[in-house]
Amino acid sequence: MSKVKGILLNGFFLICCCFYLFPIYIILTNSFKGRSQIYENILALPESLNFEYYVGAMKKMNFLSALKNSLIVTLVSILIIAILASMTAWMLARTKIAFSKIMFSIFVATMLIPFQTLMMPLMQEMGWIRDNLGIPMMNTLGGLIYMNVGFGASMAVFLFHGFVNSIPISLEEAATIDGCSKFGVFWRIVFPMLKPVTVTVIILDVIWIWNDYLLPSLVITSKGLRTIPLSTFSFFGQFTIQWNMAMAGLTLTIIPVIIFYLCAQKYIIKGVAAGAVK
Amino acid sequence: MRRKKDLGWYALFTAPLIFVFATVVIIPFFIGIGYSFFDWDGMPLNPKIFVGIDNFVKLFSDTRFINTCVHTVVFTVIAVLLINVLGLTFALIVTSKLKTRNIGRTMLFMPYMIGGLILGYIWKFIFGEAFLAIGEATGLTDIFFSWLLDPVFALFALIIVATWQMAGYIMIIYITGIQGIPEDVIEAASVDGAGFWQILFRIKFPLIMPSFTICLFMTLSNCFKIFDVNLSLTGGGPNNATEMFAMNVYNEIFMMNNFGYGQAKAIVFFLVVAAITLVQVSITKKREVAM
Repeated sequence: MSKVKGILLNGFFLICCCFYLFPIYIILTNSFKGRSQIYENILALPESLNFEYYVGAMKKMNFLSALKNSLIVTLVSILIIAILASMTAWMLARTKIAFSKIMFSIFVATMLIPFQTLMMPLMQEMGWIRDNLGIPMMNTLGGLIYMNVGFGASMAVFLFHGFVNSIPISLEEAATIDGCSKFGVFWRIVFPMLKPVTVTVIILDVIWIWNDYLLPSLVITSKGLRTIPLSTFSFFGQFTIQWNMAMAGLTLTIIPVIIFYLCAQKYIIKGVAAGAVK
Repeated sequence: MRRKKDLGWYALFTAPLIFVFATVVIIPFFIGIGYSFFDWDGMPLNPKIFVGIDNFVKLFSDTRFINTCVHTVVFTVIAVLLINVLGLTFALIVTSKLKTRNIGRTMLFMPYMIGGLILGYIWKFIFGEAFLAIGEATGLTDIFFSWLLDPVFALFALIIVATWQMAGYIMIIYITGIQGIPEDVIEAASVDGAGFWQILFRIKFPLIMPSFTICLFMTLSNCFKIFDVNLSLTGGGPNNATEMFAMNVYNEIFMMNNFGYGQAKAIVFFLVVAAITLVQVSITKKREVAM
């Protein structure tokens, strides 16, 4: 009796979860349908797997180029954030001088500032740097990465700082006595111990940078430099009426995210939980 | 006594990030405060006229801005409640003894991974085309019509999408809280004859109070700052009925070219977000002392 009840409950819960994801089902199925078939029955499975809309969407979205740009921006940004923020946080936590305290407070306080408060003056400043110092900050992937690092700094430093404070200092002291330089102490001893928090920082930053729309939309103007959210936006600006191609485009943009999610699920859920609670 | 060499290492380790951070966050923040006291259309050649606090005074007579504030508050209150109720329910189910709990958790969290912009487009199709088609097929045209064309329903559409996106995320935080409850407390209660609801309300809820605070304020500030979903789902329409605070700031600056006035709004935006977060921090701190 209770066994049957258990199976029913499990099944019911699973059906509820599937229903929760039904929007994904709708875009996936309709991406294979022709126009008349969409309007005939929007909920039905497609009659055949027709990939022509995917080919069209890939071309119109410039999908491969957008994927490449998104990958470059995300990977380079998180790499720089993880390296620089862990170094900075370690020094701030271990060197007890007034400057460390003040700097850490500033990092924490700026987490309160929403992006919309900074966007206009930031664009003015970066435009000024381009015009007067000749450094190409605008409309380059490098400039976008630079700004991502700046925006990601506070949270990364905050997370690393908390973790450094929780590990004992004795190992570092022993290494210093053995003649290890600061550089060696950090890279050989501290950084390997920071691994759990590094994973958290990377996960949170990947979700943020990969999906970020507003900052790239202000920095990037060239078609060839568009990231996935940017090319999706311009795609929808032009082809709203061709819904089957739009569905194919949306499915394409979701695929990399789902693959990443299913591969790193354990770390993602842990990382998100750790990042939120702090 | 600090040796010079150590200070050198200190500078070498911290200077690069502090430099990037200062140029991207600190300097624009102060320039931004400056801009909010000027009247300027964003053209480099046109003059910036100092107007003092006029920009901030103007906010009170700007009907579009006031409407935006009302929409944002309505949206935020309903969305925060829905997200938390749903997230907590999910968390309670997923931490039960169901065999399908892990796959369930994976599925429920998935929407959070997809960015707000793309989520908005997915739902745009559902609320527009799919609803029209379902309405035609079933004849229930009172419920299934294009929600995005009606001011009130468009706002609800936005609430639903925000809930769909964030409920799984909030679920994760509640799960952490629920898993922190010691097993023996629950066992002791059930031995004493407490039923499901009694355990839920008398034991589980009081023990996950810290999670409540975190989740409430996290959803509060996330909903208040919503932009991407707003942009792709409704674009602020119909007739600005779903234009949220962040989008209003964006439109004022980049669409209407009122750089000074828009920046004044951006500063007010910052003050509200900061206030919400600071209240949260102070409440969380107090709780920690009490526990």
